[in-house]
Amino acid sequence: MDTTAPAPTPAPPPPPAPPTDAQQRRAARAATRPGDRVFLGLSRGSGILLLVIMAAIAAFLTYRASLVLAKNDGNFFTTFEWNTNLNPPDFGIAVLAYGTVVSSIVAMVIAVPVAVGIALFTTHYAPRKLGGLIGYVIDLLAAVPSIVYGLWGALVLVPHMNGLFGWLDHWFGWTGILDWQGGAPRSLLTVGVLLAIMILPIVTNVSREVFRQVPQMHEEAALALGATRWEVIRMSVLPFGRSGVISASMLGLGRALGETMAVATVLSPTFEIHASLLDPGGGTFAQNIASKFGEATDQGRDALIASGLVLFVITLLVNGAARAIIARRKEYSGADA
Amino acid sequence: MKLQRKNRLRALSLGVVAVSGALALSACGSDDTSGGGDSTASAKADTSAIKCDNAKGDLLASGSSAQKNAVDAWVKNYTAACENVKINYKPDGSGAGVTAFLQGQTAFAGSDSALKPEEIEQSSKVCKNSQAIDLPMVGGPIAIAFNVPGVDKLTLDAKTLAEIFDNKIKTWNDPAIKALNPDAKLPSTKIQAFHRSDESGTTDNFTKYLKEAAPGSWKYEGGKAWQAKGGQSAQGSSGLAQQVKQTAGAISYFELSYAGDGIKTVDVKTEAAEPVAATTENASKAIAAAKVVGKGKDLSLQLDYSPKADGAYPITLVTYEIACEKGNKADTLPATKSFLNYIASEDGQAILADAGYAPLPAEIATKVRSTIATLS
Repeated sequence: MDTTAPAPTPAPPPPPAPPTDAQQRRAARAATRPGDRVFLGLSRGSGILLLVIMAAIAAFLTYRASLVLAKNDGNFFTTFEWNTNLNPPDFGIAVLAYGTVVSSIVAMVIAVPVAVGIALFTTHYAPRKLGGLIGYVIDLLAAVPSIVYGLWGALVLVPHMNGLFGWLDHWFGWTGILDWQGGAPRSLLTVGVLLAIMILPIVTNVSREVFRQVPQMHEEAALALGATRWEVIRMSVLPFGRSGVISASMLGLGRALGETMAVATVLSPTFEIHASLLDPGGGTFAQNIASKFGEATDQGRDALIASGLVLFVITLLVNGAARAIIARRKEYSGADA
Repeated sequence: MKLQRKNRLRALSLGVVAVSGALALSACGSDDTSGGGDSTASAKADTSAIKCDNAKGDLLASGSSAQKNAVDAWVKNYTAACENVKINYKPDGSGAGVTAFLQGQTAFAGSDSALKPEEIEQSSKVCKNSQAIDLPMVGGPIAIAFNVPGVDKLTLDAKTLAEIFDNKIKTWNDPAIKALNPDAKLPSTKIQAFHRSDESGTTDNFTKYLKEAAPGSWKYEGGKAWQAKGGQSAQGSSGLAQQVKQTAGAISYFELSYAGDGIKTVDVKTEAAEPVAATTENASKAIAAAKVVGKGKDLSLQLDYSPKADGAYPITLVTYEIACEKGNKADTLPATKSFLNYIASEDGQAILADAGYAPLPAEIATKVRSTIATLS
């Protein structure tokens, strides 16, 4: 819009009394070169286009979701069913929300400590060359497509989980959470382990970059005070890197929440919730959409779109929470170092 | 010195390129002549009976993935004979196939279940004052595969199957299974019944069988999504086959063609004297006993799920091709008719058994052919 105004030839524009700052702006614009203005227009146009596309997608999704939600016989939030071909349809997201959150939490519990460990080892313990090599290999993990993880999980990981499941059941079965009925080990715990491997690269890499940024002075000062290497890490590296590690974990969590094909291949999804993490069952939003979409009727697709909107909201909430945590820990961000 | 070495290197690399290039070219050449000669000869032998009827152009179709392997084989033979026709069958699933057809995007659709009344009503839009019809084309047994250590042969009936898949029968040495298999050494292993986690025509047909043949034990509505509680699930027929292979105590259902590699299948006890094995031949016998229930030219079939005939395998799936009775698009009609004619012909049906499918019994095939001849 601004590009259409013929700025370089404004011979007679001054009306009675234009405000001074507007005049200045116009003068500044006249001074800019055409290339700058074209670029300004292009970038502003792309920005607006992005907003329009996002709004259109959101409106479309909300509209399609509202069509089927009006007909839904069950309660969208508490029904343990997904029968969208019935008339009226009967479906709810309780199982999907539970499965998505639980498998992601399991993944985080396993992946974050390991990732921080690898990041510390490669930046502070390993010889420089070895650290670089390990970092490179971890990067390669991120390049493996998720369906390959899924195939590996189904063919290699699942059969090998039998031993671990037996052990957990033997020693921790009394907790109820780790009680095993003896089904094939294709449960939320297995999915969590697989997701942990999948999100390891991103958490490790971001943590590594953060730990590398720790001011040398901090570490040297701690060493000068007689700290051991572990004390240096505990007193200067970890507090400095905390917000970075949290944002890295949130990036990983975002991937875990949305992972589709690997979960669909490894999990044994059913519309039930079991207290035990070892019993097959549950499901995730993305897995459910991927497996139901192909044969779904229009009504079924609308229902899947509605469930996708919930995943979107959950992801937004998680990101918001992460930003809040990071904002509260600003004093460690290193800006004053 | 340096310059000389560089030149020598360059000459050497040029030589390498030239030699390897020549080798590659000659290899290609010899491959082409021998391979090309063979394939045209065999194609001619197979496809001499195909009538192209001046058909030409692109034929788009989509639908059931259950008949994908059959369609692939047909397309290969057909396009070898009729070079002016290109056929593109997308195995997106029956639901997607019917939807695309009703929107007028495809010339015909493949589907595991016959059209519903409301779908036939909708079809008058694409078929210009006419309607879409179901043409049965491929049958296939849905095998019940099991993995029970120490058991090679297993007989089950509809009621036990329903109770196993509904998690009422929980171990392999349950009295109900013992009664059907007095000679087998059944272990006390827990039964792990696997069903499809995605929506599927196979699930639809299998649960239809359970509902019809064991109404007292199977109380679910049926449909493409699995409705019983409990059990385990996996993605796709291949996923189920994989689970049966690696899980002791597993039982599951999928098209026979996935049951290779030493996967054992259940013999189903019907009203007949002897339990029936899941074979393409026995599935054809079941289709022969089916009734045509479609109205007018529609040939949708109603299978008898408790057959009295010997050797009729009751858990059988029939997949249809769906096309307009009248009002097919002028530019695709010749190709559609010619292709459907071929796949319903004796030659077309003959290649099915090799791919794990059941050919149509003669009586139904004749009806299908005469119906195709009237498409307009």
